[in-house]
Amino acid sequence: MLEVRGIATFYGAIQALHGVDLDVAKGEIVTLIGANGAGKSTLLMTVCGSPRARSGSIRLEGEDITQLPTHEIVRRGVAQVPEGRRIFPRMTVFENLQMGATLGDPAHFPQDIERVFAMFPRLAERREQRGGTLSGGEQQMLAIGRALMSRPRLLLLDEPSLGLAPLIVRQIFEAIGRIAREEGVTIFLVEQNAFHALRLADRGYVLVNGRVRLAGTGRELLANQEVRAAYLEGGHG
Amino acid sequence: MAGRLPALLKDAALTALVAAALGLFIVGFKTRDIGQGLFFDYQLVDLAIAVAVIFFGRLGLQFASMGLKWPSFALGTVLGAVGVSPIQMPSTFLHWFVVIAGVLIILRTIWPWANTAIATVRHSERGKAFGRRGAKWFGAVLLVAAVAMPFAPFADQKTMDLAVLILTYVMLGWGLNIVVGLAGLLDLGYVAFYAVGAYAYALLSTQYGLGFWAVLPLAGMFAASFGLLLGFPVLRLRGDYLAIVTMGFGEIIRLVLLNWVDLSNGPAGIGGIPGPTFFGAVFAETAPTGRQTFAEMMNIPFSSNQRLIYLYYIILLLALITNFFTQRIRRLPVGRAWEALREDETACKALGINPTNTKLTAFAVGAMFAGFAGSFFAAKQRFISPESFSFIESAIILSIVVLGGMGSQIGVVLAAVLLIGLPEWFRDLGAYRMIVFGLAMVLIMAFRPRGLIAHREPSVRLHPVRAGP
Repeated sequence: MLEVRGIATFYGAIQALHGVDLDVAKGEIVTLIGANGAGKSTLLMTVCGSPRARSGSIRLEGEDITQLPTHEIVRRGVAQVPEGRRIFPRMTVFENLQMGATLGDPAHFPQDIERVFAMFPRLAERREQRGGTLSGGEQQMLAIGRALMSRPRLLLLDEPSLGLAPLIVRQIFEAIGRIAREEGVTIFLVEQNAFHALRLADRGYVLVNGRVRLAGTGRELLANQEVRAAYLEGGHG
Repeated sequence: MAGRLPALLKDAALTALVAAALGLFIVGFKTRDIGQGLFFDYQLVDLAIAVAVIFFGRLGLQFASMGLKWPSFALGTVLGAVGVSPIQMPSTFLHWFVVIAGVLIILRTIWPWANTAIATVRHSERGKAFGRRGAKWFGAVLLVAAVAMPFAPFADQKTMDLAVLILTYVMLGWGLNIVVGLAGLLDLGYVAFYAVGAYAYALLSTQYGLGFWAVLPLAGMFAASFGLLLGFPVLRLRGDYLAIVTMGFGEIIRLVLLNWVDLSNGPAGIGGIPGPTFFGAVFAETAPTGRQTFAEMMNIPFSSNQRLIYLYYIILLLALITNFFTQRIRRLPVGRAWEALREDETACKALGINPTNTKLTAFAVGAMFAGFAGSFFAAKQRFISPESFSFIESAIILSIVVLGGMGSQIGVVLAAVLLIGLPEWFRDLGAYRMIVFGLAMVLIMAFRPRGLIAHREPSVRLHPVRAGP
């Protein structure tokens, strides 16, 4: 579904990604883990077209999307849950979800919003509440729900566990698993929380200083000595 | 309290001293040219009264901030009473000054108490429900009052003139509200589009003989295309930078109109602009050949007020169209996209919204309404020159939007009445009216920093709000 080949991304003169290769097959959950500043978010953002890759190619179901603007990429069925959630704080939960449906068929709207409410009953309770007044976990649910409203084929999640309590993190990851299995949405998940991410994912990549260091199934990576030492033992997980 | 009194008196005296030193040159004397050189007019009584008011005012405020309700309340009452009493003072303005000082002290005294009381009521469920219904009713009552206004006994020519002026600014405020309030793009050059609309009508009517109703949509389109023109270079800018560039754009338009004499007749302006017609009938005592006057058409005696009333209804209609349009478009995808863009541009992109198009439509739609208002202005004034479109106009329109509470429609009405009506009503105060204007702005910003109506109602409700949680 998603094919990333030899991507190099720069911030001004600083190179953040050094020729990254990565694949996400249809129906898979693929996670990308790595330390702070390894380039995880940059890779996800590059897939979304902002910043654009200086070299290399990104293909979505065979179509080259490397140089497309973000909104065009989103139009092709890629939804993004950006880092820091970025919900619209002064709009209500309902209005936020409406915004998510901007690209969708208006006829699907009632059905889609019921699906989101069924997945996150908390959002249904708070549908009239302003986004900014929700708790962190609820905001994350809203961000995910908002992304689902466009009926994406590929869902990109950037650190959905950021700043959330362990119990909430578990709920969020459960929900991501359900989205993949029950809704058939392909998922590309960028996480620092390696333990949860690798347990959930079919496959994973480890990014170190802008290069893919390791790749494998989630189980393999969880068992890998290097991964354990760097990401699992000593605070994470 | 007795122990602190000397300190308080000293503080108040110091304040009065500073006021006296500053006021000596501003209020104390005035130069007057009587032909044989400059002479001084001394206004030391004015100064003395002002200093005394400041002394007691400071004392009152100090009392109030220490929680001494009654002394400060008494001081305020005394000041107010002195102000309204027929005591001889050099000018009516001084009376006003003393009254305002008294009222302010009283307000300051009851403020904390009033504030808690209001907050309690507002947060109770009944208060909330009442507020919602109240807002709806308030709008409806205001609308009925606006429609009936020309037939009210107090609607003389001066009042109607003022009403037309206020409505023009209400419309401009509503138009700018789309750009600033909804899309969150700080536009300091809004008057440019107003000017484009005005010149479009002035030129098309005087050069090509087109009528008001024919030009109105054209003027809107012209202004909208200028909105697009401005929109392109500023797409990447935000906040302060955007404000500066739009301000520059406003000045460019004015300077072009000032200097492109062949097109705009430069600083001399364009005169003889025809007023709007009513199904072909003109509003004048005698009609030009081939036309009839409104009075003849309706078979009523001519009165100069008819034209004013007609203008009033036109601008009321245009303003209501602006409002209606804004209310509707907020519920459509493009209107929601504007609001979302104001909240978070990155998130908008992530949802597949094209920020370029969204911003450009906001600029264009906002500009279109300014264009409508502009051609109305030209038709009302019958004479326009670049002088009418200076930066201060943009600043006033923006103040209306900001003071009204960004994005609030009814807030714009209140702010326009306050900002346009107040200086006109206080015209008797002469040069001091701008002080009252400034004072009003400072007070609003001090007490309602997010505008008169800061609360944003959701554009969609799924079901009527329940009474309980």
